[in-house]
Amino acid sequence: MASLEDKFEESKKLGLQIVKESEEDRLMTLSVGPQHPGSGHFRFIIKVDGDYIVYCDPDPGYVHRGEEKMCEYRNVIQNIPHLERPVIHDSNNITYSYSLAIEELVGVEVPRRGQFIRAIASELNRQVYTLYWLAIYGIFLGHSTMFMWPAGDRELFIDLLEALTGARVTHAFNIPGGVRNDMPDGFKDRCIRQVRYFEKRLKEYEDIFYNNPLFRQRTEQVGVLSRDDAAKLGVTGSVVRASGIPYDIRKAEPYDIYNEIDFKVQYMKTGDSYARSYVPFLDMRESCHIIEDLLDKMPESGEVRAKLQPNPKGPPGEAYRRVESGRGALGYYVVSDGTPKPYRVKISVGSFRNILALPYLLVGQKLADMPAIYWSLNYWPVEADR
Amino acid sequence: MSSEKKQEKPAKTANSSSKPSTTAKPPVPAKPTAPAAAKPPAPAAAPPAKKEPEPPAFEKGLADQIRKKFGESARILYIRPLRIKVQVEPKDIVEAATFLRDSMGFDHAESVAGTDYPKDGQIEVVYHLGSYARDDLAAHVIALATRTTRDDARLPTLINVYKSVEYHERETFEMLGVYFEGHPRNDRFLLPEDWADIPPLRKDFRIKGR
Repeated sequence: MASLEDKFEESKKLGLQIVKESEEDRLMTLSVGPQHPGSGHFRFIIKVDGDYIVYCDPDPGYVHRGEEKMCEYRNVIQNIPHLERPVIHDSNNITYSYSLAIEELVGVEVPRRGQFIRAIASELNRQVYTLYWLAIYGIFLGHSTMFMWPAGDRELFIDLLEALTGARVTHAFNIPGGVRNDMPDGFKDRCIRQVRYFEKRLKEYEDIFYNNPLFRQRTEQVGVLSRDDAAKLGVTGSVVRASGIPYDIRKAEPYDIYNEIDFKVQYMKTGDSYARSYVPFLDMRESCHIIEDLLDKMPESGEVRAKLQPNPKGPPGEAYRRVESGRGALGYYVVSDGTPKPYRVKISVGSFRNILALPYLLVGQKLADMPAIYWSLNYWPVEADR
Repeated sequence: MSSEKKQEKPAKTANSSSKPSTTAKPPVPAKPTAPAAAKPPAPAAAPPAKKEPEPPAFEKGLADQIRKKFGESARILYIRPLRIKVQVEPKDIVEAATFLRDSMGFDHAESVAGTDYPKDGQIEVVYHLGSYARDDLAAHVIALATRTTRDDARLPTLINVYKSVEYHERETFEMLGVYFEGHPRNDRFLLPEDWADIPPLRKDFRIKGR
């Protein structure tokens, strides 16, 4: 396999020499998105030579909302509802690391029960996100059953989260200091029941989708990202784990009570689109165990939220905290100047890091493999744009 | 809306009298001489002194490696559990990044964040570097920072050291107007094509109505 530098040179050469008039007629420029039914609000410009992609230039920004600028105008609590908008399907994780960073700056400790509820909510939410992602991956490859099933089973977890937080998708549940409210009565039993049912469903997913010869043919050995290239490009989450690097923030830098939870980091070594689609599936299965373990070890009663002053602020300083979201490491870099409003908030999201791999994987592949590669990168356009 | 603005204004002027102490605060100059002596200058705060009493041994070892290599030209701004921040001059940043990658094993950049400090007339760019290669560094993040002037914001790019900064630097260029010398594309990325205003993450860019 060509090394990353070679590929880069190759793509640059192919991309930039296109202006040569004699060659130009051979190539066709296609704009994928921003209204492509699968791509989301995102465009990438590709040039094809016959069936083969010779150039790719991602063009995000169609849903850029200036989240980072907005943060500078609101106090740390007011920032929660708008910060979860970039990825509403994973809203507990995107506010999780923000809360951790603010807690570090303000200097507050989350009560133990609050930490457990937080972790449960974020695991449930990761399932919601991964199922949504999987549904789209199914329809991307023309497998409509795999669109219906995850989209339907996603309701299991949405219902649980609705019972827990009061809202279906945008929960605003994680706040600096803990979580907004305690669990309702009977939540534990209901949660265990639904998670066990879901584990049975996962077996069926494997049979109908991952063991499907058509799906395997379309994804195996397609868009291979080697271990070295993955590290160089700094991709994260399921993409880096599919390339043989078992890196998961929950294990690498356990936050809250994750160091007490027993689980394995799921990874594969092949680095192709199949591995990148299978690792999130393995994560879902592991997440089921984590949820049961969390419910098992959770203290029966106690505070869920530390009291903060009305306009929480700490001494001037900065913090960088990360959590593992559905799309990989999600970090917040928060600078405080001692006032209640953050001086600067930088959100480092998995999507924005993963999309760097797209041109390297697409160049040299057939156009028909484009959807299988693109969506396997676990990219969420709205989150990348922020 | 206007009342809010009014409220904000007096607060600002009231602050400005105390501001010199806080902005001049980066007690950095004192730091290189003795890291232990650097804590007290943090002015009115008992919490920070309480927060970092003694830097953990492993992080201290990492910081010592950097100190040994770069001496006075790299300033260790803080050492906390799992986090170190190093500030270098713009001319040294490529060398520092190469050292962090090759000798210390920080093989990818997680984020590049620019922060505008109009009071100092400077923009700070921070690279958060992580490691996939070494298990004992998996939890660690080194913040490699450098500062450039606001009026002529130029920095050498790190793209030849860390491929992973490509889009992050492009974003920093359009959001803060820092030109990365040697970067193949200092151009639009997230903002609209017809954007014709100052870079939005600079502090003198105000959101309308706020």
